[in-house]
Amino acid sequence: MFLHANNANNCLDNVTHFTLEVIWVFKTTKISDNMVIAPVCSMAKTGKDRGKAMREIHTDEITKVVRDLFIDANCNLGEDVLAAFDTAIEKDESPVAKEVMKELKENARIAREENSPICQDTGLAVLFVELGQDVHIIGGNFKDAINEGVRQGYMEGYLRKSACDPFSRKNTGDNTPAIIHLEIVPGEKIKIMAVPKGGGAENMSRVNMLTPAVGIDGVKDFVVNRVKESGSNPCPPTVIGVGIGGTFERSALLAKKALLRKIGDRNPDPDIAKAEEEVLERINKLGIGPMGYGGNTTSLDVFFEVEPCHIASLPLAVNVQCHASRHKEAII
Amino acid sequence: MSNKIELTTPLSTEDVEKLNIGDKVFLNGIIYTGRDAAHKRLIDLLNEGKELPIDVQGQIIYYVGPSPAKPGNPIGSAGPTTSYRMDAYAPRLIELGMKGMIGKGNRAPEVIEAMKKYKAVYLGATGGAGALIAKSIKKAEIVAYEDLGPEAIRKLEVENFPVVVINDTKGNDLYVEGARKYSKE
Repeated sequence: MFLHANNANNCLDNVTHFTLEVIWVFKTTKISDNMVIAPVCSMAKTGKDRGKAMREIHTDEITKVVRDLFIDANCNLGEDVLAAFDTAIEKDESPVAKEVMKELKENARIAREENSPICQDTGLAVLFVELGQDVHIIGGNFKDAINEGVRQGYMEGYLRKSACDPFSRKNTGDNTPAIIHLEIVPGEKIKIMAVPKGGGAENMSRVNMLTPAVGIDGVKDFVVNRVKESGSNPCPPTVIGVGIGGTFERSALLAKKALLRKIGDRNPDPDIAKAEEEVLERINKLGIGPMGYGGNTTSLDVFFEVEPCHIASLPLAVNVQCHASRHKEAII
Repeated sequence: MSNKIELTTPLSTEDVEKLNIGDKVFLNGIIYTGRDAAHKRLIDLLNEGKELPIDVQGQIIYYVGPSPAKPGNPIGSAGPTTSYRMDAYAPRLIELGMKGMIGKGNRAPEVIEAMKKYKAVYLGATGGAGALIAKSIKKAEIVAYEDLGPEAIRKLEVENFPVVVINDTKGNDLYVEGARKYSKE
């Protein structure tokens, strides 16, 4: 990174260094016997922002936002989910289902009021981060800043630490490492979405590489069967994220990303939107119902995300989310 | 729900025999917590012929790993975890006289069979209602395996702790019957 030539004594020259996208300006200062080189500003080199100073965001700010988002997500259920609870209370034919849904509504009220977690499984800390390409992060390592936010959120928010070694099962103690999905986007902002993901519903999730010949009907059948086989395990009523296309790992990521949508949001493609509605209807005819005690509300919604795939493949991922469909976002 | 019944632990065979799937039960008294890691240790002890840190006779084990208690509260959020992970261990404890398990989700046929044979029940608590359920837990004390953190065995004192009978002593299953009743496939 530094191509800086050794400067003369006590020099305060500004030296520029060119990278692909950014012009960095460094200042060299002599403090006692040590030469200190520090960036004083950076500028976008290309595009319409050519020559404009990049926006600086300190890692402390990122840490604070991540901390607050995980506490918020774990204690405050979204309005869209609460509205879906109300619909279930009104429409489910089963009196037991109505009773369970009322309990869940009351639970959400207590959690919000007391700032306590909705569920004791406060999840692994999953984050989707959209990083503006004109942002310059200062103050430290970006990933460390996020993990520090997770650490503080789970410690100070009285959230359960659920991260452990796969074999010894030893708890990491602070719910790190976070699972960070990073995307570089245009602009000078950072959007952070915190998605605490519980283990019970996650265990019911699957990836399957389908034969292209099975088509959309094969996809629909697989999703409905997955929900049927999961039965009462994932804490129904669930939200079902479906990733179709891409590669093996891309489909799983799409399925998880689908869970960020609000209950009732349809895919912009009318055919896919229709498939989502059809699958939801089929799932709710299974009779599993809230907590599996029987009823017409087995899932609150089904979200499909679709991307192109290889000519030989039809990757499909189903990510199951319990009724505590928790996600919060912030823009820095 | 068919009936609303109050029960106080420890439970007798007669207590559990009168329960039917779908009954709403309010529990009082002492229940113990235990999930994956604690169960493994209990069964390891039995395999080595050693004594368990808790006497399971007539007792109920609640499958839960609570979130940390805030100052002034006995416990944090405390809803059930998925039970099938304890299926490998449960029959052994039922054989020793354990009368109930609280969790959520389906049980293996071996567990259901053990419940029939040795007279025990599987009770469902509302998954994901951890903040609400915590209200019926009045005291919590770690009695074994403190190193396991949320998975340590705790002794809970509960009042009107709400559960639903999922598997009774007759081999019935609320999950099967409930879905059958409302299925429109």
